[in-house]
Amino acid sequence: MGFGQLPYDVAHLLGGAVLLLSFVLLYQRRMAAVINAFATQGALLALAVAWQGWAQGAPGLYVTALVAAAAKAVLIPLALRALVRRFGLHRSAEPALGIGAGLIAGVALVALAILVVLPATTGAGALAREDLAMALSVVLLGMLMMITRRQAISQVIGLLSLENGLVLAAAGVRGLPLVVELSTAALVLVLAGVAGFFAFHLRARFESLDLSLLHRHRGERAEAEQP
Amino acid sequence: MTLLPAILSQLLHLALMLAAAPLLVGVVRWLKARLMGRQGPNPLQPWRDLRKLVRKQPLLAENASVVSLAAPYAALGATAAAAALVPGFAHGMLLAPMADLILVAGLLALARFALALAAMDVGTAFGDLGAAREMSFAAFAEPAFVLAVLAFAILAGTTNLDAIGTLLQEGMVGLRVTLGLALLALLAVALAENGRLPVDNPATHLELTMVHEAMLLESSGRQLALWEMQGALRLTLWLTLLAALFFPFGTAGADAGPLGWLLGLLAWAIKLGVLAVALAVFESAIAKMRVFRVPEFLGAALLLALLGAVFLFLSTGLA
Amino acid sequence: MGVRGNSFPRSFPASLRQESGPPDCGFRPGGPLPILTTVTVALAFLLLGLLLLAPLGALAGRGARLVHGGGIAASAGFVLLAVAGLALGDGAVLLLPVGPPWAPLTLALDGLSAWFLLLLGLVGVACGLYAWVHEAAAPPRRLVPYPLFLAGMALTLLAADGFTLLLGFEAMSLASWALLAAQQGEAERAAARLYLGFALFGAACLIPAVGLLAGLTGDLSFAGMRATPPQGWVAGVVMALVLLGAGSKAGLVPLHGWLPIAHPVAPSHVSALMSGAMTKVALYVVARLALDLGGPAQPLAWGVPLLLLGTASALLGALRATQETDSKTLLACSTIENIGFIAMGFGLSAVLRAADLGPLAALAAGAGLLHALGHALFKTLLFLAAGEVQHSAGSRRLDRLGGLIHAMPLVALCALAGAAAAAALPPLAGFAGEWLLLQALLSAWRVGSLGLQVLVAACTAVAALSAALGAAAMLRLWGLTFLGRPRTPRTMGAQDADPVCRAALLGLAALVTAVGLLPGALLALGAPAVARISGHDGVAEASFWLVGPSASGSGYRPLALVIVAALLLIGLVALVRHLSPRPAARGPVWDGGFIAPPAHLPFGDPATQASAAGFAQPLRRMLGGPLLAAREAVERPPPGSPDPARLESGFHDPLLPALLRPLLRLRDRLAVAAERLRDLTIRQFLGLSFGMLVLLLVLLAWLGAGGAP
Repeated sequence: MGFGQLPYDVAHLLGGAVLLLSFVLLYQRRMAAVINAFATQGALLALAVAWQGWAQGAPGLYVTALVAAAAKAVLIPLALRALVRRFGLHRSAEPALGIGAGLIAGVALVALAILVVLPATTGAGALAREDLAMALSVVLLGMLMMITRRQAISQVIGLLSLENGLVLAAAGVRGLPLVVELSTAALVLVLAGVAGFFAFHLRARFESLDLSLLHRHRGERAEAEQP
Repeated sequence: MTLLPAILSQLLHLALMLAAAPLLVGVVRWLKARLMGRQGPNPLQPWRDLRKLVRKQPLLAENASVVSLAAPYAALGATAAAAALVPGFAHGMLLAPMADLILVAGLLALARFALALAAMDVGTAFGDLGAAREMSFAAFAEPAFVLAVLAFAILAGTTNLDAIGTLLQEGMVGLRVTLGLALLALLAVALAENGRLPVDNPATHLELTMVHEAMLLESSGRQLALWEMQGALRLTLWLTLLAALFFPFGTAGADAGPLGWLLGLLAWAIKLGVLAVALAVFESAIAKMRVFRVPEFLGAALLLALLGAVFLFLSTGLA
Repeated sequence: MGVRGNSFPRSFPASLRQESGPPDCGFRPGGPLPILTTVTVALAFLLLGLLLLAPLGALAGRGARLVHGGGIAASAGFVLLAVAGLALGDGAVLLLPVGPPWAPLTLALDGLSAWFLLLLGLVGVACGLYAWVHEAAAPPRRLVPYPLFLAGMALTLLAADGFTLLLGFEAMSLASWALLAAQQGEAERAAARLYLGFALFGAACLIPAVGLLAGLTGDLSFAGMRATPPQGWVAGVVMALVLLGAGSKAGLVPLHGWLPIAHPVAPSHVSALMSGAMTKVALYVVARLALDLGGPAQPLAWGVPLLLLGTASALLGALRATQETDSKTLLACSTIENIGFIAMGFGLSAVLRAADLGPLAALAAGAGLLHALGHALFKTLLFLAAGEVQHSAGSRRLDRLGGLIHAMPLVALCALAGAAAAAALPPLAGFAGEWLLLQALLSAWRVGSLGLQVLVAACTAVAALSAALGAAAMLRLWGLTFLGRPRTPRTMGAQDADPVCRAALLGLAALVTAVGLLPGALLALGAPAVARISGHDGVAEASFWLVGPSASGSGYRPLALVIVAALLLIGLVALVRHLSPRPAARGPVWDGGFIAPPAHLPFGDPATQASAAGFAQPLRRMLGGPLLAAREAVERPPPGSPDPARLESGFHDPLLPALLRPLLRLRDRLAVAAERLRDLTIRQFLGLSFGMLVLLLVLLAWLGAGGAP
């Protein structure tokens, strides 16, 4: 497959759209917008995976796409929105790193991902290589979001977006068994659950989800930070 | 390419651009009004306003210099020259060899410079404020534009708008992530350059956050008419430019004959209409952002264009 | 010109062959090219004439006119001879009958020298005319160094060997320092000291660079150096030394810190010479040593440092220019920006040459050269206009000017041409250079290595950002100076310039326009210079009507553009005249409904007009924080206090202190160490000198054994 052929072009475009949404996640300030962007990314991911299923003739991917659409595009965003409503978190704090710096770091990470993926996959086809580069970029941007945001919920979204990157990578590689994907998804769900519990606990103890508050309560720094 | 059709199509193109400009502004205003549930003014209203303004005797400030008098002509002249370069309904017009994307950006920069000079001429707070902000926004919009041009320069091997349009129309490029990213970047630049929401609100007067209107506060009569025309022509130019780059379907060749031209005209009108609707819907749905968020908005456009270029390097390296 | 432009590529290889043959040293009367030799001899006599003018400067009064008249004549001679040199091809090497036996002084005029000599001559004529009027009563300490400064620059450009080049470069540095040191006042003295420090540093870097280029054979002639280009780590060291040495003189970041301090201090014509010509001479040294002599057969990374430094200079210079409140400091910062653009062109040319993309390398080199010429002209124009404003309105601070277009219309309009050219607006000179540079940057992805492609894409974005920032800076400079209302009563007493100065300004404005309209013809004329830098004979499409990277691709047709725009304008004016014949009425300014100013404020309330810092505020907030350490603080009085609230804002360039602070610390430490030396016994002193001697002998033995490449 190469440029100018429809399956390639559409797969490329959908992968690019998922990556673009990762940037939107980095750019947005307000919680509601972040959640919307995340839901859109989930929907696009489902589309990308379904398209790969059609292009590769692998019906198993349709199941993955369905799971992704249900969980990422509908259920998790709904749950997150409920959380936001319960905590009244409509106005998120400023990111720790400025928006501009975060975006520049994001572009640098994408370039890094490309530079890493290209030499490592010389044998594979052009589509798989580019898809892998995009997927790795999505993963790295998810991590970046986890680093740059102060709010626990934003960090959870960063984690979930990271998982989107993993699914995108898995879908692009021909013949990856469904079990692996499902177990990855389950793992991330467990992680998200733990994070949610952690967030509740945090809320109960400190009445805020701003993680910078935790800093003060780290044992080894306790003396140094006391005024 | 024979000479006569090239000249004729060029003249027709320029005349249509000039005629369509106020109409397009009127259509967008009308659509926005309808979307907000108002009756809305007649789409021809900007033309009527222009006629009224031209007939009025202009009132100049006592200390206005020759800059106030000459700047609107320079700005409209530069914008019209740029508008003549952007292919609308036909490729291969007389000025097609000159239709360079960077030159178009340069001509628009010239118009912007003239506008800012006119704003500073009398020495008022609003004018200076608007000029400073306009130039600052342009500092972020230009790199985003040039990087979007980079994507097309790589795909087509040239920055000539006519050649790019012809190549894209032949469909040799396919769907590309890069094109999508460049489209987003250019849309953001177009919104900023035309002073549309969310960068500037074209419907306000005398609000502290405004940019474009603040520069026109001291002009009146025919000067104001020229500025209004320039703004409208710039919007038309940008929409035509976006159509030429991203919806290259249906554009006629200059030697296609009257029927071919008619089809090209129809396609152009449809493209402008679709873009006008999109603009109206977008402006109705979005709020104006704070002035110092605009660099973030345009910076994001810049980075998207850079990302698009990086992906293009990637795929050209693989091919 | 057009005919020549078209015929040039065919005649060009002949001149290359002539150069690539065995280097012909010495003055050979009746040789194969007598006319070219005549050109070089005439140039030597012009240099001698400038040297003879210097002592005349000691006779103040009548001497001043002599000095400046001579400077004008010599500069005009440079222009004519440079054009002749460009048209006729490379000249023979002329051996001067002076100089030490181990390094005979040699002169030659090849394409690269001639191009830069052309711009030096043009700048020199304009500055001479300005000085003719304003420096008629100057004391000898300002007159004597002036011809030496011109001669030093010309000698650097005409040198055909490393020693002469260094001699000219140092003469230029010292003479310009003397011109700065002749100014009175503490700040001026401090600026001169800083300048001298940077000049010494530059010399300390350039001398070893030339030595390394000459290699072990010690052949200092350019032909000899060109035959053995440096390789390996030596090449890297040469590039670093040239960039440090000549880059510090040109004002490349991070060694630019002296330029906005020193350039404004001098009288305006000297500022113009320093900004317009001397920085170009420094770039000529970079191009000559690193690209012409050291450039062939270098790796891809050879031009990258130059490209990166150029990009950084363009951004930082442009951003500072949007913030400075002194008109001449602002212009000096804009010089850093434009030097950055030229360096980008040269660096990109080296990268493309290494990638075997000859036509594109020629395009990048042509962009650099054209922008060098354009910048020399418009920066001279702007500095001279700033000088006129300072002379006539009594200040160069933007906060004390305003509304001068009414008092000095001609200066204002000429300065507008310069400002619009500096803002890279079509169809003037700045746009032509930047169009070519952007074309080269947009084509550089063909190099093929992904890392470099991303790097060049980032440089492209920064170049566009800098160009737009430069436009904002020029708008601010011209608008605050000439538009609006006067900010002080002193401004009202301004008058238009002296006729001679008007002629100089008008001539410069015409030249700026001409360079913008005829880039193709100029580049066809400058094809030998392009070939020296890029190793490829000339820009692909360069003719009277057109300049561009290739025959089929994009092209820039400024003359056609002007014709189209003129037709449109004529139509527009005629139409509006027809529709709206009534003349405009005049009335009080509306100003958003502000009330009329009180009687004690004849020019209105200054608070309703932007100040220089206020106009810079958006960009200071958007970009100033990370790059210029800009700060803003609002000081609110406590509730109930009648004091006004205060807004403090400012910025500084963090690079100069960052450079100087370690030096200060080093000086202190060295002083402490030297103190310790005083306590040594005489035996220990002798031991030190003996050890040094042995060390030098060992080094000599190692070099002689061929330890170094």
